[in-house]
Amino acid sequence: MSVQTDKLVIGGREFSSRLMVGTGKYADFRQMARALEISGAEIVTVAVRRVNISDRGKESLLDYLDTSRYTLLPNTAGCYTADDAVRTCRLAREAGLSDFVKLEVLGDEKTLFPDTEELLKAAKILVKEGFTVLPYTSDDPILCRKLEDLGCAAVMPLGAPIGSGLGICNPYNIRIIMETVKVPVIVDAGVGTASDAAVAMELGCDGVLMNTGIAGASDPIAMAEAMKLAVIAGRLAYKAGRIPRKLYATASSPLEGIIGE
Amino acid sequence: MDIILNGESRTVACRTVAELLELLGIDPRRVAVELNMEILPKAEYGAKALSSGDRIEIVHFVGGG
Repeated sequence: MSVQTDKLVIGGREFSSRLMVGTGKYADFRQMARALEISGAEIVTVAVRRVNISDRGKESLLDYLDTSRYTLLPNTAGCYTADDAVRTCRLAREAGLSDFVKLEVLGDEKTLFPDTEELLKAAKILVKEGFTVLPYTSDDPILCRKLEDLGCAAVMPLGAPIGSGLGICNPYNIRIIMETVKVPVIVDAGVGTASDAAVAMELGCDGVLMNTGIAGASDPIAMAEAMKLAVIAGRLAYKAGRIPRKLYATASSPLEGIIGE
Repeated sequence: MDIILNGESRTVACRTVAELLELLGIDPRRVAVELNMEILPKAEYGAKALSSGDRIEIVHFVGGG
């Protein structure tokens, strides 16, 4: 299996990279653009916010994002109700002229865990309005099945709380989610370093989405490359099929012909 | 005329959304506009007349995860 032929398909669109990255928290737009480039990501998330009327900055995010290269995935970060999330998605579609949205409806500020009731409500409306919905969800297989049943194009369970860097806290749930749904499973949130991304991919996830893991690193450019390689390595290892875990040793060298017998 | 622009009261001298964006120096291709809670398609920026008391939201993309 080669990485080149192993495409990720979401909402009828094909992607070569299984790493999706955010555009927030970088030192400046230049650093963000370089990190995105090195990461090899094709899908990048953006947030939707009011234009600052009184203090209009000279540069805007889109000056640094080549939209012919990247698929923008607007998020509904900061929305705590289905109504606000739906409203944000409608604005995002008008601003970006794409149906792709990362739907997140948050439950509280401390954990940023999803409000699952509002999430389902919003997903239902958005799918009906023709959006390609990628929901950020709890790592709950039943909820993921419900989101798939509603018509979401993927499910994006959290590995750990947003920005926590705790890694994949419940790999067993992620595995069950993958057995439960047919749509792509993207681990979204919690990745702190390259091995976390590799673990997600080795579990068989279809992709990984991260922002703070790269942008918050001491050297975001180097971490972007590390994440790119980790996602590729993890995917290849998953496809290659790892050896079973055993408690005791199995010799790698032949037992016959040992001298001195 | 008085409008509520991105949550703040403002007095502006423009008849349409297109004129408002021009006045504010905003590239219409890079924003989305909501007029009284309804999305305003870009094709209507030039034709849609503003009325006193209108609530207008102008949003764009910023960095986020």
